[in-house]
Amino acid sequence: MRTAAQPTATGLEAAQPVVVTQSPFKERAQAALCDRSLRQSFRGAMDFLTAKRAGVFDDPAEWQALSQLGEHIRQRALSKLPDLLEQLEHRCQQNGIHVHWAESTEQANQVVHGILAQHQATQVVKGKSMVSEEMALNHYLAERGVACLESDMGEYIVQLAGETPSHIIMPAIHKSKAQIAALFAEHLPGVPYTEDVDALIQIGRQVLRQKFLDAEVGISGVNFAVAETGTLCLVENEGNGRMCTTVPKVHIAVMGIEKVVEKLIDVAPLYSLLTRSATGQIVSTYLNLINGPRRPGELDGPQEVHLVLLDNGRSQAFADTQLRATLQCIRCGACMNHCPVYARIGGHAYGTVYPGPIGQIISPHLLGLQATPALPGASSLCGACGDVCPVKIPIPALLTRLRTEAARPANEQPHAMRGQGANANLRERQLWRWWRWLNTSPIAYRLLTWLLSRARHHLPKQLKPWTQVRTLPRPAPKTLHELMRQRTGRTS
Amino acid sequence: MQDVCAKQVYLFGTCLVDVFFPQAGMDALALIEQAGVRVHFPDAQSCCGQPAYTSGYPDEARRVAWSQIRLFPNDWPIIVLSGSCAGMMKHHYPKLFERGTTQWAAAQDVSRRVVELTDYLVNDLDIQLNDLGPAIKVALHTACSARREMETLQCGLALLDRLRHVQLMNHEREAECCGFGGTFSIKHPAISAAMVADKVQALLDCGAQQLVSADCGCLLNINGALAHRGEALQGEHIISFVRRRCEGGV
Ligand code: SF4
Repeated sequence: MRTAAQPTATGLEAAQPVVVTQSPFKERAQAALCDRSLRQSFRGAMDFLTAKRAGVFDDPAEWQALSQLGEHIRQRALSKLPDLLEQLEHRCQQNGIHVHWAESTEQANQVVHGILAQHQATQVVKGKSMVSEEMALNHYLAERGVACLESDMGEYIVQLAGETPSHIIMPAIHKSKAQIAALFAEHLPGVPYTEDVDALIQIGRQVLRQKFLDAEVGISGVNFAVAETGTLCLVENEGNGRMCTTVPKVHIAVMGIEKVVEKLIDVAPLYSLLTRSATGQIVSTYLNLINGPRRPGELDGPQEVHLVLLDNGRSQAFADTQLRATLQCIRCGACMNHCPVYARIGGHAYGTVYPGPIGQIISPHLLGLQATPALPGASSLCGACGDVCPVKIPIPALLTRLRTEAARPANEQPHAMRGQGANANLRERQLWRWWRWLNTSPIAYRLLTWLLSRARHHLPKQLKPWTQVRTLPRPAPKTLHELMRQRTGRTS
Repeated sequence: MQDVCAKQVYLFGTCLVDVFFPQAGMDALALIEQAGVRVHFPDAQSCCGQPAYTSGYPDEARRVAWSQIRLFPNDWPIIVLSGSCAGMMKHHYPKLFERGTTQWAAAQDVSRRVVELTDYLVNDLDIQLNDLGPAIKVALHTACSARREMETLQCGLALLDRLRHVQLMNHEREAECCGFGGTFSIKHPAISAAMVADKVQALLDCGAQQLVSADCGCLLNINGALAHRGEALQGEHIISFVRRRCEGGV
């Protein structure tokens, strides 16, 4: 997806460009399943996070009330999305923030690059932002001679390794301590190999600290944008977000259009749901509320603040009353932490910026179903994701809907989604038609089930892939219908 | 049919019970009748429609659902023998039809009357069980849909709790999916295999002599994986286990 940028003394100059893996989902999943250490580290990390989350939502009544409120706030905001976005633009402009609109990631990249060019900036620091990942911003800028350094520790590690994040909250969760130690020793001049976590963090911090001072522009994401006041809220733990948004003379914030909320008081419950769901923290170390550039007499802050509002397929989700729930997401990552599929294959297997359950429902909008045909089906619909989602997104229902859209022939009306019919398959369609006929024709149904029970010893023993790890079940000697009929007179 | 004074219920077997666990249907019938309730088994019943629904073929699911809905005209509870099928009928049937239509109203009506079997036995019948079997260690597997959509986890536990000589064994990752997920286990066999492998290991590790569940899809998946490993442990429908215990069986 991207190559690493090339600033000096960050180690990035030595990083390998990313090898783009175009292999389909199944192959990547298979590879991940075979990687024992990867599976163990994901499993361990997810268990840790789910336990921490459970610890801070230990009162079911409070959880119910708070998540209902969260859902309500997000739904209310989405119900007035166009108006709120206009209001946000207006208030931001009143606050002195420049607002830009981008329909595609290409446009958003151009906007960002345009601002950098205006300032002749070649050094940029960036806080954690999934939207910038969505834009492949680092890659775009690197190609134009701008070095963009990730300042979140996890993102920095991932960037150093020439990889992409495997989790939306903890980008480097797939890396072990030893792998990070080796990475630092290899890429950072004069750094010895150490597995001491504190030492590793100190090393990373030192590298970054200087970069904050050197950078001409800071880029960040946005967790919530308040329409009422034109405030950009940024939730973080490391302080790097605050550095990115206050130290360089220009700050550019990028956000998906769905991140808007109506009022300032909406932020508190969402913030609480976010930090508790994500990492089990009651509060994060930092909550930045950005209201515009430095005002006369203020001691710090950038001289210029820009906000880039990115659509990239979101308005498609918005247009459909059911799919709109996708946009309620506050990107806490709890759904991936609780997903039995994600825990086993990890984030990279999905092949998309957003992995796990949220990735499975949002990526088809961002990229189109034709680019993500495997995602809707890659779930057992166990419901764990929907259960823990703090804003009650019915993820399993949305996955089912996406399966329907992917299976619906491309020429069938109405067209709800880009890439409709990506999985349309005549044979499968006929199979389900036959299944329907069978189950709505009582005589045929009874005949077939009767035959199955009679042929129980002569049925095939192999039915791949099911029988690779399972023995096929054998029908009982008599069906329930038969047993019941034998009791005629006692049943209707 | 004429006996309107006595309590009456419908029994919905589901296609998997029909073919693979028919005895569970007979056991349910026997236990419910023992409680003085008359059981009706509509002969034209087949599948709840869930496989097509979750595979993205709602039109086919709707046709099958409609053919089932019409089998339950009287205002009696509909007792369903498998949790996820109960979930389909209770929570998804109404979604299949356009709001306000007569079909939708009928789906609503069926949805309101659907009760999962263990829920019915425990909460409606408050069935008292006389455990005549020897002491035994049992693990209960609850399907995700039963656990989350139907919230019948407690009912399965309560049912086992009414058997005096049964010791419930908790297994690690009890709340985690077994990896069946209908067509998921066919479409993503490798991931499903990893999931069922962990589930099977946890069940073996907990030391249970017997595995029971009220969810037949999971049972097929878990039993298949157990058999493939050559394990003696095999799961059975909870109702068959309960009835056998009450008749002095192991
Ligand atoms: S879908 Fe829900 S659980 Fe998943 S990241 Fe979004 S808000 Fe969190």
